[in-house]
Amino acid sequence: MSAQNTAAATLAAKSSAQSKALTPIAWKFPITYSILALVSLIFFGLIGRDGETTFRIATGGDLFAIPDVVVSSTVAGLVLSLILVIMAAASIYLALKRITLAGWFPMVFGILFVVSFLAWAGGGSGGVIPLTTLLAGALALSVPLIFGAMCGLVGERSGIINIAIEGQLLAGAFLAAVVASVAKNPYAGLLAAPIAGALVAVVLTFFAVKYWVNQIIIGVVLNVLVVGVTSFLYSTVLTQNPGLWNSRQQLPNLPVPLLSDIPILGRVLFDQNILVYIMYVVVIALQIFVFRSKWGLRMRAVGEHPKAADTVGIKVNFTRVRNTLMAGAIAGLGGAFFTVGSGLAFGKEMSAGQGYIALAAMILGKWNPKGALLAALLFGFSKSLGNTLQSIGTPVANELLLMLPYIVTVLAVAGFVGRVRPPAAEGVPYVK
Amino acid sequence: MTKVFGSFVANDHIDLTIEPGEIHALLGENGAGKSTMMNVLYGLYDADGGEILLDDKPVTFAGPGDAVAAGIGMVHQHFMLVPVFTVAESVALGYEPTKSLGLIDLAEARKKVREISSRFNFNIDPDALIEDLPVGAQQRVEIIKALSRNAKILILDEPTAVLTPQETDELISIMRQLKEQGTSIVFITHKLREVRAIADSITVIRRGKITGVASPDSTEAELASQMVGRQVSLTTEKDDADPGDATFQVRGLTVVDKAENVVVDDVSFDVRRGEILAVAGVQGNGQTELAETIIGLTDPRLGSITLDGKDLVGKSVKDRLGSGIGFVPEDRSTDGIIAEFTIRENMILDVYDRPPYAKGLNLKSAVINDEAKKKVEEFDIRLGSVVDPIATLSGGNQQKVVLSRELGRELRLFIASQPTRGLDVGSIEFVHKRVIAERDAGTPCLIVSTELDEVYGLADRIAVMYSGRIVGIVDADTSREALGLMMAGVPADEALAATAAPEENSTATAAPEENSATTSAEETK
Amino acid sequence: MTTDISPAAPSPAPPPSTEAEPGKEPNLLQDILSGSWLVSVLAIVVALLLGGVLIAVSNAEVVEAAMNIFAAPGVFFSTLFSTVGDAYSALFRGAIFDWDARTTERAIRPLTESLVSGTPLILTGLGIALAFRSGLFNIGGQGQVILGATIAGYLGYALHLPPVVHMLIAAIGGMIGGAIWAGIAGVLKARTGANEVIVTIMLNSIAGYLLGYLLKQSWFTHTDSANPQSRTLDDSSQMFLLLPSPFRLHFGFIIAILATIFVWWLLERSTIGFEFKAVGANPHAARTAGISVSKVTILVMIVAGALAGLGGAAQVLGTEFKLTGGISGSIGFDAITVALLGRSKPLGTFLAGLLFGAFKAGGYLMQSQTGTPIDIVLVVQSVIVLLIAAPPLVRSIFRLPTPVLKRKEA
Repeated sequence: MSAQNTAAATLAAKSSAQSKALTPIAWKFPITYSILALVSLIFFGLIGRDGETTFRIATGGDLFAIPDVVVSSTVAGLVLSLILVIMAAASIYLALKRITLAGWFPMVFGILFVVSFLAWAGGGSGGVIPLTTLLAGALALSVPLIFGAMCGLVGERSGIINIAIEGQLLAGAFLAAVVASVAKNPYAGLLAAPIAGALVAVVLTFFAVKYWVNQIIIGVVLNVLVVGVTSFLYSTVLTQNPGLWNSRQQLPNLPVPLLSDIPILGRVLFDQNILVYIMYVVVIALQIFVFRSKWGLRMRAVGEHPKAADTVGIKVNFTRVRNTLMAGAIAGLGGAFFTVGSGLAFGKEMSAGQGYIALAAMILGKWNPKGALLAALLFGFSKSLGNTLQSIGTPVANELLLMLPYIVTVLAVAGFVGRVRPPAAEGVPYVK
Repeated sequence: MTKVFGSFVANDHIDLTIEPGEIHALLGENGAGKSTMMNVLYGLYDADGGEILLDDKPVTFAGPGDAVAAGIGMVHQHFMLVPVFTVAESVALGYEPTKSLGLIDLAEARKKVREISSRFNFNIDPDALIEDLPVGAQQRVEIIKALSRNAKILILDEPTAVLTPQETDELISIMRQLKEQGTSIVFITHKLREVRAIADSITVIRRGKITGVASPDSTEAELASQMVGRQVSLTTEKDDADPGDATFQVRGLTVVDKAENVVVDDVSFDVRRGEILAVAGVQGNGQTELAETIIGLTDPRLGSITLDGKDLVGKSVKDRLGSGIGFVPEDRSTDGIIAEFTIRENMILDVYDRPPYAKGLNLKSAVINDEAKKKVEEFDIRLGSVVDPIATLSGGNQQKVVLSRELGRELRLFIASQPTRGLDVGSIEFVHKRVIAERDAGTPCLIVSTELDEVYGLADRIAVMYSGRIVGIVDADTSREALGLMMAGVPADEALAATAAPEENSTATAAPEENSATTSAEETK
Repeated sequence: MTTDISPAAPSPAPPPSTEAEPGKEPNLLQDILSGSWLVSVLAIVVALLLGGVLIAVSNAEVVEAAMNIFAAPGVFFSTLFSTVGDAYSALFRGAIFDWDARTTERAIRPLTESLVSGTPLILTGLGIALAFRSGLFNIGGQGQVILGATIAGYLGYALHLPPVVHMLIAAIGGMIGGAIWAGIAGVLKARTGANEVIVTIMLNSIAGYLLGYLLKQSWFTHTDSANPQSRTLDDSSQMFLLLPSPFRLHFGFIIAILATIFVWWLLERSTIGFEFKAVGANPHAARTAGISVSKVTILVMIVAGALAGLGGAAQVLGTEFKLTGGISGSIGFDAITVALLGRSKPLGTFLAGLLFGAFKAGGYLMQSQTGTPIDIVLVVQSVIVLLIAAPPLVRSIFRLPTPVLKRKEA
């Protein structure tokens, strides 16, 4: 009896100690901030590069003419770095007090760090950083990623892993280009693209739901299949008569009155073609419908706990197939951005791995439309930054910047960046 | 209101009638067929015969949706709740109140939860996430779910299996309230006290058949004997144990699961050489975790496990197997065998890297083959070839493969969890013989079983576990009634005293077992 | 069905065949009867037919003839058969034996070219197959090939060693490169439960950019060329030829054969392979039997990566002789299909690698002689793998009986 009492007492003491003890100090973020702040201080500030960096904000035809901002590279680096150091110190202080940082903190920190970096990178050669171009490029590079990530998200939330986003983007790009070219109308391509994406999804769900083939395998193989079919048709049909089959068609820009006149952001966000506006609508609609609608509730139930959904009369497999097809259509639209969205003819393998980055964006965004949007924008920005820096000739290698999204994603799935939890039942065929 | 059942796989011609506004307990051991029956009733499985009458009208359910529409609600043993949903979402799922555009009217959903919650004092926040709720609260969400669809009959499948005693008390008062408001309740359980506390009528099921209808004023002893049956189906011949030193000792062992629940609570016992200690108890009272902790699959929070004077805590599974433990896991198909592997590969699953099966990194194919054939002979395993996948064997023969592997080497301790679960009578007898032979060879044996027949067939001493604790360690000739009470948590001395008082009880039940009245009250702790 | 409750979400139900695995002793007849070989052959037939359809509809002459099918059906069919037939016969001549060639040498050269193309596919495919057998989805063949090629190539021109020794050291360097790259995914999976599919996909891209970066650094490329490529490898590091020039068949093919035997030994005859397969088939039972699942996870990825890295090394040391951004081609992804077609078995993977190598080699001749783009090979390959993954589909196409599993339930 005494043994039992002691054991119980020990346990009780342990549990009460646990509840009394404060949660452990979260060192991960303060340390990250500190390292970044120090990097900025040492490399961009103290070592620095002589010369001036010009931030070009205005582009021709703006409502307001905003002059270029010219800063001394080292001064800007030092000032910004000091702010970063202060922020890092604040994060340590708050961590010691066990106060969670507000959501704006990492954003502001990140923006300041990037500006500090740009000031450094632009220095020396007296480089001009065209801000508007940088941001516009970021958005353009993000559009297919965002569509792709939304596609992956809807599929996986329904319980179907979709590695074939890459193939769906490519198929969308192909069909959009061909149909637009034949019809001599880019909007016709816009209608055709979702069909191509959905067709890939048909194959995916056919094998996944009917034959329970592993979804990862189907996805990987489908990507190869789509590359094969589109490249084959490109080399045979499209190149024989490019005027008929593969002429360039571009969706015209439709500037939104007033909004598009806002400097920088207005230009970037609201002087775009319809595909970009569709993207806004898709993201906003998904953010609302995934979490607040009957459709979204059932979709999440099917992806998390299909048996529970079954016990309340929801048709699990039907729901999965329907949603995955819809998701495929979304990815197809994203593919259209490569061709009619950008005014380009179709080219072999032109999706160039973007589908995999879209997958990464979805994971980093924790299967939330909003999060996936931000992650895709981040990826698009880092790529655009790489392009910009390459064009102004800076010491940082393009490739290292391009690697960033993938490294961040690896760290994310390994649990270094918050907890990533996929839908519980994804990839598991539902068999009654 | 009448429901009639005919024959289907797990249920053999079961008739059951539930009156409006009554609490009907369905009492039976695990695997007796209670849950299967209720799943048929709820439209999840199809019946292979028989019919369901609702208010004297025959009804057929194509799926759970039909059953719900007919006013039947079910709270499954494993909750059908999506962990990442809020309470309001969980209740709404499948029956969502919607506004325009298919958006869910969450205000309406919350209102419904609050309404039912306050009617029964459930105290559930409609915006809480399911995964953040304690199990008892999750169960109340399930009940709200059923009630929100106007269930007139509520099936509760093992509702107390996962609850603490306090939560169980709360549930019982909730059931009373429901009954007062006219809801019929089918209460599936194997816990005697709860049945006596709440049920209006009791049906006892054993091996898919109704073995009796009892009234709530039956004694626990009566119910226990009806539930566990009294036919002595297996008489394994064995000599009395000749116990030697207590080479295996467990002291103050405490195991905590991931959710910080204490699943094994300060357990201490010895097993001596040449004796079989059987751990009896209703499934889910910590026996599985006890066995897994001894072999090293889980680490204990407190306590020590000593074999031949060496402490095993902190050692790897491989080390423990190496120090001479043979282990037959409870879930054969998941932990005991690899279905895709051949029979001979399964025979070396945990000795593949030791002589004579391996030399360096090389597997010695010929030796493995020969040994496999020898074992097939020795253990009378019926098979085509030792290179067939083990999945082609029957359960009994699969278990023989596991036994041949675990008993096929010199052992210092033998542990078997549910060694005969799902086996036919012939195989059971064989397994028992082998275990006794191992005992006679001087190995201390620890057998975990929920089957009382098996416990009696094998044990030299019996330890009964209830909610993680050892309620008592008693002699093998303790009466079934006493064991039944102990399995329900009654301390050993009380249980023995209650059943030792002769002739007062057990008039309703069949012929008493010969040793029931003469059980000695001595406890061997 | 048993569900995998390993920490990572998508439960990798082992890809190899949903049918009963044939016994350990390879029994060809039994295999054919059980239908898995038959399904493979039929899948190849269906895929070639589908490819034929694609060739036909993309051919202007065939389409034109089809428009007049009612007026001249004979013309349509003769055009159809000649177009598709020409393409496939060119494929065959490019892959196995060119009966149109002027010299014997040239006639048998295609076969050796197929072996050359097949070599890296076999090596990398073995790495993927090994991981599949152990329940891990190594989608990272591409990254591991790149790392293997990068390190092997670098050692090939940066070091100066005697022949053979140099080659072996470069090849070992390639193995280490692949092993490290795959090992990252293995360690993350074992330590944090990070899903190996996602991690290996990401590592593929990272490897690509890493190579792209290195090829712009003159300290790495040992050349001042403006092109992103390295210096040519030292002769001493190149894999020696097995047949005199113009044949290109090199020592890498012998390595591929040895690797196949090694993987066979590992999986079928060694205690390590026993652990690999046990963890792959049933991690719970493996753990109960005292096998450390996390140790196995890391080891599997390291061995798989080493094989893929060797594939990359064979490509650079045996065929390319210098590092370029496209050194890996699509070997990493093709190898996945090779492993799947080979049902994740060493011999099967070897044969599948030869087949896909033949497709690749033949595809070039087909493209140059008949104008049928080599991309058709991708279509045929992927259709084959899709069909093989769903044997019931192939059986229903050919109305084959479903094999009865003699599985008794207790």
